[in-house]
Amino acid sequence: MPGLDTPLSQGRSLVHRLDPRARLLGLVLFSLPVALAGSLRAALLGLVLAALLLALARPPAGLVLRRLAAVNLFTAFLWVFVPLSAPGQALFHLGPLAYTREGAALALLLTLKTNAAFLAVTALVASIAPPELGCALQALGLPEKLCHLLLMTHRYLFVIQREYLRLLTSARARGFAPRTNGHTYRTYAWLLGMLLVKSWDRAERVHQAMLCRGFKGKFYCLADLRYQTADALFLGAALLASAAMILVGRAA
Amino acid sequence: MSAAPLIEVKGLVCGYPGRNPVLRGLDLALRPGQRAGLVGPNGCGKTTLLFAIMGLLQPQAGEIRLFGTTMQGPKDFAEARLRLGFLFQHADDQLFSPTVLDDVAFGPLNQGLSRRDARKRAEETLDLLGLADFAQRTPYRLSGGEQKLVALATILAMRPEVLILDEPTTGLDLATKARIVELLNGLDLAILAVSHEPDFLSQITASLFSLRDGRLRESAVAPHAHVHVHAEGDLPHSHDD
Repeated sequence: MPGLDTPLSQGRSLVHRLDPRARLLGLVLFSLPVALAGSLRAALLGLVLAALLLALARPPAGLVLRRLAAVNLFTAFLWVFVPLSAPGQALFHLGPLAYTREGAALALLLTLKTNAAFLAVTALVASIAPPELGCALQALGLPEKLCHLLLMTHRYLFVIQREYLRLLTSARARGFAPRTNGHTYRTYAWLLGMLLVKSWDRAERVHQAMLCRGFKGKFYCLADLRYQTADALFLGAALLASAAMILVGRAA
Repeated sequence: MSAAPLIEVKGLVCGYPGRNPVLRGLDLALRPGQRAGLVGPNGCGKTTLLFAIMGLLQPQAGEIRLFGTTMQGPKDFAEARLRLGFLFQHADDQLFSPTVLDDVAFGPLNQGLSRRDARKRAEETLDLLGLADFAQRTPYRLSGGEQKLVALATILAMRPEVLILDEPTTGLDLATKARIVELLNGLDLAILAVSHEPDFLSQITASLFSLRDGRLRESAVAPHAHVHVHAEGDLPHSHDD
């Protein structure tokens, strides 16, 4: 279970210096017209803008490319199935199936939109460290329970991972080698069951410890969230970008 | 008679469903400034007693008075907990925030301090414990000893009137133990400490309760470290039983 770290959130770029709330609001402003875009030009504009934004966030290129590849594994399926099922002018035939021009155009539109949204999320949300994200969402008025869930899930994923590895190591130390047989499946089932029980117990102990320190169902954030000029400028730019995408979509 | 007890337990019966109660009519009183050790074999109910005092377990019978008030329900305990500092056996369970500073500020924030005051309180406490460099570290990546000290910081930051410690030195190296002893002795607080380490108890407490058969008895002899020639010499004991 690698990749529980959040390397993209550790930067000092222009984007990282924005208030996390502004980044989230900017994402909402930006992603709505991207999601609703019906024209290739609007979607392309979205992609270009998102790429510019990502460039400002200066993430490690290799990491972004790897994640882009994962996302586009999905869009590759769109390129296979959408043109084969959409009606229209045939580009070529695959046996009884026609690969249509209209279908291909739709697949292209979806690919552009998906990548634009993904780049924007990478630039704006992946750049927020999870604890900050929880505080920001709470400050934006999202239900507190959801924010707690997010914070605690992030915090305890590591602990559960470590617990799992410890159990697995101890099983290995006693000669366990996974094979395709009943013993292996039973061992994994017990391991997962034990992990569940232990996590449950731990959750109870943690809750008790929180009660002992006066927890009353509300998390207070220590982080000082403050809107600054840069945030206002950024939100203005996001609004303009959003308007531009809508206008370009209308004009087409 | 000295001042009214901070913690007073009368006739406490407490246990877990489907089993005989571990505590069977237990009495306890901890007075201001009193530093008492609590000893007894594994499974005799020491942690159960501490959990009952903190209101984390519902007793079957008996009375718990904290700071002179009889505890009637969760609300009373919630109030009293803000004045009691409970150090859990596993520091791992006590630390859950993304950074050490957040964790130490958690209690003060719950006590109603403003963010600025809570942060200041947390920084002061970390300073006091020599942990100032740890403020931005992640609690679960600390060593066991460091975690224990941070856990202690999280409760000291609440400025409690009583410290309740559940095996505070188990599994720690000598240097960390010595540091905890030094810290505790530098505080003007009542302490109730569970421990299996007579040396540690002799250094921080002046009296001793032993839990046996679901009841407490106060030892006539203060805990003391000394060389023994008999078999149980390294176990907590008094010479009158």
